[in-house]
Amino acid sequence: MKAKIRKIIVQVDEIHFDGGKAVNPPTRRALAMAVIANPYAGRFSDSLDELIDIGEELGGLLGERCVQALGIAPAQAQSYGKAAIVGEGGELEHAAAILHPKLGAPLRVAVSQGAALVPSAKKQGTLGTAVDVPLGHKDAAFVRSHFDAMEARVADAPRANEIVVAVVVTDSGRPHARVGGLQVHEIVGKDGLR
Amino acid sequence: MMNDLIDVRRIFTHVEQIHHEFGPPANMPLVRGAIAAVLRNPYAGAYHADILPMMEALNPLGVDLAKQLCDAMGVAPDQIQGYGKGAIVGANGELEHGALWHVPGGYAMRELLGWKGERASYTQGGGGDKPTGQPGNGLSIVPSTKKVGPPGAALDVPLTHINASYVRSHFDAIEMRVPGAPHADEIIVILAMSTGARVHARVGGLKAQDISQWNGLR
Repeated sequence: MKAKIRKIIVQVDEIHFDGGKAVNPPTRRALAMAVIANPYAGRFSDSLDELIDIGEELGGLLGERCVQALGIAPAQAQSYGKAAIVGEGGELEHAAAILHPKLGAPLRVAVSQGAALVPSAKKQGTLGTAVDVPLGHKDAAFVRSHFDAMEARVADAPRANEIVVAVVVTDSGRPHARVGGLQVHEIVGKDGLR
Repeated sequence: MMNDLIDVRRIFTHVEQIHHEFGPPANMPLVRGAIAAVLRNPYAGAYHADILPMMEALNPLGVDLAKQLCDAMGVAPDQIQGYGKGAIVGANGELEHGALWHVPGGYAMRELLGWKGERASYTQGGGGDKPTGQPGNGLSIVPSTKKVGPPGAALDVPLTHINASYVRSHFDAIEMRVPGAPHADEIIVILAMSTGARVHARVGGLKAQDISQWNGLR
């Protein structure tokens, strides 16, 4: 394992009622976060290859943890998202190195398929900084019922030389989605958009 | 789960595996977890003299939450070494509503851990045991915090050793918050458990292996 992991946190948010009306079955979103050492903290490096490889490792590990926490088969995953919070000793580009080049492929294996872009957010922050991880349907980015976000935050991270990496996987859309747009049953699933 | 008084809107589980805190990595990561149920507060918005019916009504929910938390942590009940509980009451409630969780929350984890005492005596505030040797698990008082707060409020839930409150290595706390909850007319009830000592515990005091009095303290 290239990533030096200090802790792993997994959360599941299950919504049974919203607006006073039952959600049946409950919507469920799982968030897995790894707090890792930033190998480039405190120095400028042209190459960010170590973080790119770490991103590949964590895409699989965190995606699998989410699916496991939901207790579903990978194919039952419906939407996903990713984010990173870089401690003050690092750069925003360090989050980009983790998230964009290689994290997606193993995450798509963990959720079986995933033609759509994995929506992402990144920021620099300190201990307890929250990032809202954007969510979109894994096979068709335009599915409106699955546009959502889940808040990710670690009380004691990131320290200055750390990065918090977050992946969210759901088995559902919003609790009472009713604002139209492309529906799940209309997905073609070829171009990642519709 | 729903009855007249218990109406669960949302369940939020949080599990962390701590490998190290900048010291020697643990052979087995410490696992700490907390589970929160977001409930309607049937007493929100007005003073009710008698709120005890809800305390009784919370019992089955507590037992469910304790089991769910243990499952989410991926450990067997006999691996649980620390516990704690808490409540966050929304703005239209009072702190006293959070106190309804003391008995059902504590009783639920004790049941999971194999407590051998009398629940009736616990309800009255006593331990119930006349210990000779180890009379079961869950002997310690379950430490707790509570507050009135807005959606997203964070609560530091204290943790102590399940059988002896003075075990120093197990004094800990886990921060729990549910983004977007509690609404003004809701209560969040929380259980927290851990599988061991702080990851680099080294400030002396009573050690878990030296528990001898089995009175919940030492």
